[in-house]
Amino acid sequence: MFDAPGPRFRRRVFWVSVVSGLVLLGLVALGLRQFAAGGQLEPVRWRPYLTWPVWRYLLGGLWSTVVAACATGVLAMAGGLLLALRPNRFTRAYAEVMRTVPVLLLVYVMLFVLPSFGVNLPLFWKLVVPLALSHAASYAVIFRAGVSAVDPGQREAGLSLGMPDGVVTRFVVLPQAVRHMTPLLVTQAVSLLKDTSLGYVVSYAELLFNGRVLANYNGLLIQTFVVVAFVYLVVNLALSRLAHRLEAARARTAR
Amino acid sequence: MSLVLEGFLNTVALTLLSFGGALLAGLLVAVMRIVPVPLLRAAGAVYVEVWRNVPLLAWLVLFVFGLPEAGVKMPLFWTAFTAIALYEAAFVAEALRSGVNAVASGQGEAARALGLSVRQSLRHVILPQALKNVVQPLANIAIALTMATALAGVVGVVDMTRAAQRINLEFAQPLLVFTGVGLCYLVMAAGIGFGARALERRLP
Repeated sequence: MFDAPGPRFRRRVFWVSVVSGLVLLGLVALGLRQFAAGGQLEPVRWRPYLTWPVWRYLLGGLWSTVVAACATGVLAMAGGLLLALRPNRFTRAYAEVMRTVPVLLLVYVMLFVLPSFGVNLPLFWKLVVPLALSHAASYAVIFRAGVSAVDPGQREAGLSLGMPDGVVTRFVVLPQAVRHMTPLLVTQAVSLLKDTSLGYVVSYAELLFNGRVLANYNGLLIQTFVVVAFVYLVVNLALSRLAHRLEAARARTAR
Repeated sequence: MSLVLEGFLNTVALTLLSFGGALLAGLLVAVMRIVPVPLLRAAGAVYVEVWRNVPLLAWLVLFVFGLPEAGVKMPLFWTAFTAIALYEAAFVAEALRSGVNAVASGQGEAARALGLSVRQSLRHVILPQALKNVVQPLANIAIALTMATALAGVVGVVDMTRAAQRINLEFAQPLLVFTGVGLCYLVMAAGIGFGARALERRLP
């Protein structure tokens, strides 16, 4: 979109960099001063987060987060596949409804409504079932979009070569569909992992809930939740990087 | 009954205000990620990665319970508004950026070949096409935002979902209450979708 920069343009870029750098630095300094004035930057308040017992507790929460996310992912993908394979009025309506109703509402139904009808699941399932119900709809939309993004000529070519329908789907359409879907599947995985933070509401001992327990115990609210946010950030970034690396490796072998 | 109304109005207000805030902040971040200044690009990228990789609930908890400890005191509603707007801004920025990137690069080159300046080619060639690409993704973000406002209920804002839970505790009419609230969200999402389609048709 832009031409190769000439001297005048480079000079302008330089000055914009300097000014914006100063503005950004000023914002950071302002924030740090505010935190320092509240005594939030005292080393005493951060030192607990250099000790193993605290980290063991948080990492235990992270493990529960990952377990819940994996269970949800498996259930939601299976449900999404079912929904995507049977495109009728019911499955479409289901996907529409689930993509507009907050997961929290479903969690509340699990917590407050179903027990009065005698359905009282363990905490783990009170978190996983609503998440899976909601994310199944997202997966269905992704799968459908991925399959329809494959050129119909591909299927026709496979059929005209005499391959049976199942073989065409398995070896011609799906591999290409997966390639179209990969970026969306990564986004969806990150969003699923983030949604397990609803364990905070359910009292399922995942990362955010453990953060709350820890903060109630040691009274270090800001420090605890900053550390928890940092752990989420690292895990989700690692997840995206891993997916991109796998994708790059697969793209090389596919050729 | 007033609880229902309060919850509904809070959800609508929170949705509209934070979407407005997210649009402004997201536009700023998207511009930062597009301009040819490495420092601004990096800052924009860091903003997007940090905000969208941490759950909104964690941000809300940090803002609502953490910030007062650091001496930043705001009314609860506006704290929740800030957290939601800044969070969704990351998604808005990505939608805007990919909308601009989706305009074929030949379009920009053609505009430059015709002798239009960078500003003119942005104004008359790139942005009009990008705007059309961006309506549907932004509508999806608005719908996601409507759902996200429910999380403000967890930290104490009386929104529709929290109102439903409290009414249910009082009257024990779970089916009625939760179905009604679900329908409200459905209607709001349908309204956003309808508005987006109407807007898309009116764009040249």
